[in-house]
Amino acid sequence: MTHEALLFVQAASDTANRVGAGETIIFWILGPIALAGALGMLFARNAVHSALWLVLTMFSLGVFYMIEQAPFLGFVQIIVYTGAIMMLFLFVLMMVGKESSDSVVEVLRGQRLWAGILGVGVAGLFIGIVAQSLDDVTSANLNGPNSTNGGNVANIGRSLFTDFLFPFELTSALLITAAIGAIVLAYTGKADKSGRKTQRDLVAMRFRGEYSRPSPLPGPGVFATANSVATPALLPDGSVAPESLSDLIDSVPVTDFAHDLEVSSGTEHHAGAHALTESGSDSDEEVTRS
Amino acid sequence: MTPTYYLLLSALLFSIGAIGVLVRRNAIVVFMCIELMLNAVNLTLVTFARINGSLSGQIMAFFVMVVAAAEVVVGLAIIMSIFRTRRSTSVDDANLLKY
Repeated sequence: MTHEALLFVQAASDTANRVGAGETIIFWILGPIALAGALGMLFARNAVHSALWLVLTMFSLGVFYMIEQAPFLGFVQIIVYTGAIMMLFLFVLMMVGKESSDSVVEVLRGQRLWAGILGVGVAGLFIGIVAQSLDDVTSANLNGPNSTNGGNVANIGRSLFTDFLFPFELTSALLITAAIGAIVLAYTGKADKSGRKTQRDLVAMRFRGEYSRPSPLPGPGVFATANSVATPALLPDGSVAPESLSDLIDSVPVTDFAHDLEVSSGTEHHAGAHALTESGSDSDEEVTRS
Repeated sequence: MTPTYYLLLSALLFSIGAIGVLVRRNAIVVFMCIELMLNAVNLTLVTFARINGSLSGQIMAFFVMVVAAAEVVVGLAIIMSIFRTRRSTSVDDANLLKY
């Protein structure tokens, strides 16, 4: 083979290997965006911000699939990953709440440093391998499978139901196992509340005498002059109900509302024939706290 | 540029995900990092499908997506039940299998 022919073969394989200008532009725009999304997820303190950064990366990857002759996978990526999985992450984050922010305490000493060194080492290793072994590989494009027999989606479906039928059926078993597992793990049924009694049970127990009294404690007294918690409630005979007195608050002396008491109990001091008799003067006793 | 650049990007994304799994303490963020690693592998599979001219790589990426969805559902349910008992999602707090 002459030198010119060799050059020609080289150039031909080079043009077959190279991608179009539009794809190059898209790659150099979306590639840094995907990287920025991944780094943002790594460094964001707030877990919700991490999730949103990861959505950016996954969306970029979906566009990558589309321009890499995998339109079906591109849409599946956007629908399943950014649409379903990341929204599930956000739901769980919202349920878990504010406690989900990361702690800055380093439990193992030097762990972040070593993890960083390890990650950079793994990245260098992968990039070295790819750059070494796949530098001059010729790309056989998917133009054939994507244009014959109904295109990309039809060919993927045909392969799924012929060559990959058994893995596909295993997938269904996996999915139903995952669904049942999630139900079992996330379900909090009646077994969790067995220690808690309902209001109906409490009423029945009160009337069976399992509590000291069937009714609630009496509230404070409400008069024309006072309705504060410090006002003692009055029993029907005009005496102070001792349960209505608060342990914490000094109650108002009964003399402060003696007039209200007389009005409400009907022993008000009327001028009349009995004005000089001594009925109704026995409520002057001063009651503070029992 | 050649399709190899996608593989380089995928290697970077995988490494970032691996660092995140090692560094982050929040179990949910660790899960997101695992998702990022799975996505990087998917990008590799799609790129290799293109280089080889066969759709098998795309079908494997499809299966990876299915497994990732199932894994996320079960994993998040486990995280929720751990949070319910411990009021925390930090991987440092869950150091006992019981209680």
